[in-house]
Amino acid sequence: MAEKKATRESYGMALADLGEKYDFLVFDADLAAATKTNMFKKKFPDRFFDCGIAEGNMMCVAAGVASTGKPVFASSFAMFASGRAYEQVRNCIGYPHLNVKIGATHAGITVGEDGATHQCIEDMALMRAIPGMTVICPADATESYQAVEAALNVNGPVYMRFGRYAVPNITPELIPDYKFELGKAVKYFDGKDVTIFATGYMVHLALEAREILKAEGIDAAVINIHTVKPIDEAAITEAARATGAIVTAEEHTVIGGLGSAVAEVVLRTCPVPMLRVGVEDKFGRSGQVPELLEIYGLTAENIAKRAREAVALKKS
Amino acid sequence: MNLTKELRLKQLANNVRIGIIEGVYNAACGHPGGSLSMADIMTYLYFEELNVKPDEPGWSDRDRFVLSKGHTAPVLYATLAERGFFDKEELKTLRKTASRLQGHPDMKCVPGVDMSTGSLGLGFSAACGMALAAKVDGKSYRTYAVLGDGESEEGQVWEAAMFAAHYKLDNLVAILDLNGLQIDGAITEVMNPTPHDDKFRAFGWHVITIDAHDFSEIESAFSEAREVKGKPTVIIAKSIKGKGVSYMENACEWHGQAPKEDLYKVAIADLMRIAEELK
Repeated sequence: MAEKKATRESYGMALADLGEKYDFLVFDADLAAATKTNMFKKKFPDRFFDCGIAEGNMMCVAAGVASTGKPVFASSFAMFASGRAYEQVRNCIGYPHLNVKIGATHAGITVGEDGATHQCIEDMALMRAIPGMTVICPADATESYQAVEAALNVNGPVYMRFGRYAVPNITPELIPDYKFELGKAVKYFDGKDVTIFATGYMVHLALEAREILKAEGIDAAVINIHTVKPIDEAAITEAARATGAIVTAEEHTVIGGLGSAVAEVVLRTCPVPMLRVGVEDKFGRSGQVPELLEIYGLTAENIAKRAREAVALKKS
Repeated sequence: MNLTKELRLKQLANNVRIGIIEGVYNAACGHPGGSLSMADIMTYLYFEELNVKPDEPGWSDRDRFVLSKGHTAPVLYATLAERGFFDKEELKTLRKTASRLQGHPDMKCVPGVDMSTGSLGLGFSAACGMALAAKVDGKSYRTYAVLGDGESEEGQVWEAAMFAAHYKLDNLVAILDLNGLQIDGAITEVMNPTPHDDKFRAFGWHVITIDAHDFSEIESAFSEAREVKGKPTVIIAKSIKGKGVSYMENACEWHGQAPKEDLYKVAIADLMRIAEELK
């Protein structure tokens, strides 16, 4: 079993390491201990600015700094980075296409006990809709660490989605020489019956689902879409053609996130039966993470169930 | 201020006002009232205060200017054109599909526009970011932001005010256009944001109150702001909305509509009369 680590840890570590190599500032909104930007703060106190509990102002201050040529990582929980500050991100960062990298942690329902007000399940939908915004949702610690540098090298705004909850670090075992490539899907396994596209926390569960399906004689391809925008249209189309059925899995509402993004591609290039796993138009709630994942159907079993259904749809 | 300099600034400001009317009339929409109220201060900024190079608008050490009340883009465009950032003829393309003069300023395409604005409150925060960047980089450029009095009803204005004082941004000057009117009526009746002086003082700012149409007061306010250390400065500029056009002065309805041909002629006649007086 792979070592478990929260992707927000990688975000903090990457910032602290990249600070040596690149000139940028890091902002937080009174959550440095939780978003892990405190690792950067400790190492580069002169380049870290706490903006207090005022996320809208933080995003626009970041835009102002970026307008002078210096990139800024602006961090908060996904709920406040994408929700509270949506309009500031859209108009002050997105519209002028400024070099602000939004480090959003505590995304999705794996926030756990804090409940619905802090469980952002709409952030990818919101950020994806902003023209020119890059949206990254890494699967594990290894991928998250590399994604931060990739985001810094994008000329324009990037939204990075990280989690609070520890997730198995699957990459080192599956792809020892892994190199994060922005916009490029990661295919772990080929399959002939169905393709599971997953992002973020759901990626390791998609791999578990593949094992469940294998025991039943269903051969599932598993592809990690870490860059939800711009999405890897070629990889999605190729997989749709090769397997003829699709399941998407995301720790996000099924409206507007990965499922929607994949559907937008295949409806144009290769329409095939497709089902989505995600939060079904509901708010989250308080509880321990494993319980919440069961309640909202964010499980390997549910992915496998949808995959069976998608395969059946192919035959009907 | 010596009389020659004052006369020149008044003439330039009057040209800016004509540019505002030309733009808004040709667009058949836009925001003349709050543009005219800031014409004198914008003229002073671009002809006396700001260290900018019209032939090199992206010069990295330039002073920054943010029009936080972005709907008054006509005054920014007219001032930039008067200062030579682009041709004055272009003002007539305001708000047209093929024009770079968007209804609200777009930094990506208009020379001299340092921040895209329009959504109230956002530009002020961005100006704080520019001032912070100058501090971090040890640069001497200064940042200026013009805010509306109605805009000060946005909560974000006070988040930014808190931020600028907290980080001692004494290289930042905010100018608050206190013309007293917003779309729905008098600011004190719609949602009273006054008193601005006490509020900014309480937020840790240096406060200067002036007549927005008196160049001597404008000059001394900007000079005073340069001497203030350790805190940002706000210049509360008591202005007349629609200043210079007889029927637009202190008239709420000219916040956001363009004059039709007959009233356009009256406006130009008013401004030409002022131009004659200044000869």
